[in-house]
Amino acid sequence: MSEQYGEREREKKQRKGITRMNRPDGQLEEEKVFKDPVHRYIHVRDQLIWDLIGTREFQRLRRIRQLGTTYLTFHGAEHTRFNHSLGVYEIMRRMVENLEKKMTWETDERLICLAAALLHDVGHGPFSHSFEKVFDTDHEEWTRRIILGDTEINEVLSRMGGNFPEHVADVIAKTYENKLIVSLISSQIDADRMDYLLRDAFYTGVSYGQFDMERILRVMRPMEDQAVFKHSGMHAVEDYIMSRYQMYWQVYFHPVTRSAEVILSKILHRAKKLLAEGYDFQQTPKHFLSLFESTMTLEEYIRLDESIIFYYFQAWEQEEDAILRDLCRRFMDRRLFKYVECDPSKQMLIWPELQRLFTAAGIDPDYYLVIDSSSDLPYDFYRPGEKDERMPIHLLMPDGSLRELSRESDVVEAISGKKRTDHKLYFPEDLLLDQKEYGEEKRRILSLLHDQEGM
Amino acid sequence: MLHEHAKLLSLLKGTGEVVGRKKLQKMVYIAKKMNQPFREKYQFHMYGPYSEELTLQMEEMCQADFIGEVREKKGGYYQYRYEIAAKGEEFLEAVRLPEGTVNENLLRRLNDSSSKFLELVSTVLYFEHLPKEEIKAKIEKLKARQNYSAEDIEEAFSYIESLRNSH
Repeated sequence: MSEQYGEREREKKQRKGITRMNRPDGQLEEEKVFKDPVHRYIHVRDQLIWDLIGTREFQRLRRIRQLGTTYLTFHGAEHTRFNHSLGVYEIMRRMVENLEKKMTWETDERLICLAAALLHDVGHGPFSHSFEKVFDTDHEEWTRRIILGDTEINEVLSRMGGNFPEHVADVIAKTYENKLIVSLISSQIDADRMDYLLRDAFYTGVSYGQFDMERILRVMRPMEDQAVFKHSGMHAVEDYIMSRYQMYWQVYFHPVTRSAEVILSKILHRAKKLLAEGYDFQQTPKHFLSLFESTMTLEEYIRLDESIIFYYFQAWEQEEDAILRDLCRRFMDRRLFKYVECDPSKQMLIWPELQRLFTAAGIDPDYYLVIDSSSDLPYDFYRPGEKDERMPIHLLMPDGSLRELSRESDVVEAISGKKRTDHKLYFPEDLLLDQKEYGEEKRRILSLLHDQEGM
Repeated sequence: MLHEHAKLLSLLKGTGEVVGRKKLQKMVYIAKKMNQPFREKYQFHMYGPYSEELTLQMEEMCQADFIGEVREKKGGYYQYRYEIAAKGEEFLEAVRLPEGTVNENLLRRLNDSSSKFLELVSTVLYFEHLPKEEIKAKIEKLKARQNYSAEDIEEAFSYIESLRNSH
């Protein structure tokens, strides 16, 4: 079936004349622009980039939100991975334009950079963070498969000849031999982070998160392994680090968003368990059966998007299984779990009792008592250099030497040393407050939870 | 209840002190590749496979006093030593991981190897899907600075094989 589908698509494209070029590194006759609220305009001059944007795998990103469940906290956060991917491409285009003035590039490398920037997130699925945790999959692996497999993207990239698709996949996987190029798209200060910080701040509507990207791009200098920043531009880089810090605590790590994420992942866990037990679904999740069974094909993966997920969640609101039904209703109607701060060493003392009380009160602790930690999130703070770890940000001093950012900047040093970890304990407060049944157990649970927080 | 953290504690309990963050990173990666139940996500970085998630979990456990972290100055950089602490032992006791969750022999064997060698082994494993000659070419290109010799690379291949055979 997937082959037929692929053929149909190819026929359609041939009709449109998209495949007429053999090596689409030519420029378009006329520059195309996308209007963008963050970068004002996104400029496309290369036929290759234009054709990549038109592929079905890239268009699919329009149906996947950039920030997953954040829209339940910040209603503006409806932007998609499509917007972000175009944004990263635009920043990379500007970076390359600046760097070209200061160094020489191999002929193909400019387009490898631009294509890698555009495609770096193409393997993301709907709510991929939760999905990946529950099903042990990896969007980076899917990105690779989409770039190298039987897809429209691969077809467009292959027209460049040689190992062009492999090179693009290697840049994204950080295994490309030119480390400078890799660092432009993934390092402590790269096109990906710069776009998502600015874009997420814009769409969530928060007033922090701003920094002067133009200035950062102007003070960027290419070195063998990474780009460094002229010392005179340090304050712009400081603002960028502050933006990362603010966005982390205020947006990415928001406890309400995490509550929605906790419920989402428990729904997936429940569905997976029911399926394994042979439960008779009224609405069988046929779109992700193969994901549950770890046999998902590329074509099936490309078909997954958020609409499919919402379709099942809504259908499962009518399921007989009380846990699945309740969790789906909670997610769809935004009746989320409440939380208390949690100290792991105190929590371990009350954990066995909590488990026992939840079970006695008829509330399954596997689904309704959840600890969520900072390490569960795919975002991080800037950390200064530690040998053999991630490459830190380097400043280029007037005498030509390099200094790690936090050694020069008091602001960065101050926030680098701050506590960066946090654990929260999530639970359904509404069920615990309804004390018509198991009142004693529920009161005891609430008192244990609130003691935990020192309330 | 923080099961991934508990597995790491169990690793440290089994191996005793682990010297160096890079070493710990590579030990967990190699163990994961040997089907040990670690779930941390890894990406390729400057020094081979690296997991930000693991770094954060270790940081969380340091802040909860589950593990002891000693920072010592070594030349121009810092080196870190990790050990399970009393509170960590208590936590591990409370979580009650099933017996044999992590393979202590395997982990001890990894801990006995040098961090530089484990970097090579984990890089070979990262490119395992490629033919042997391509893996070698990758290592030459990506690890030029580490100056691994042809013998080192062969040793890494046989080390992986022996890990697989004996565990």
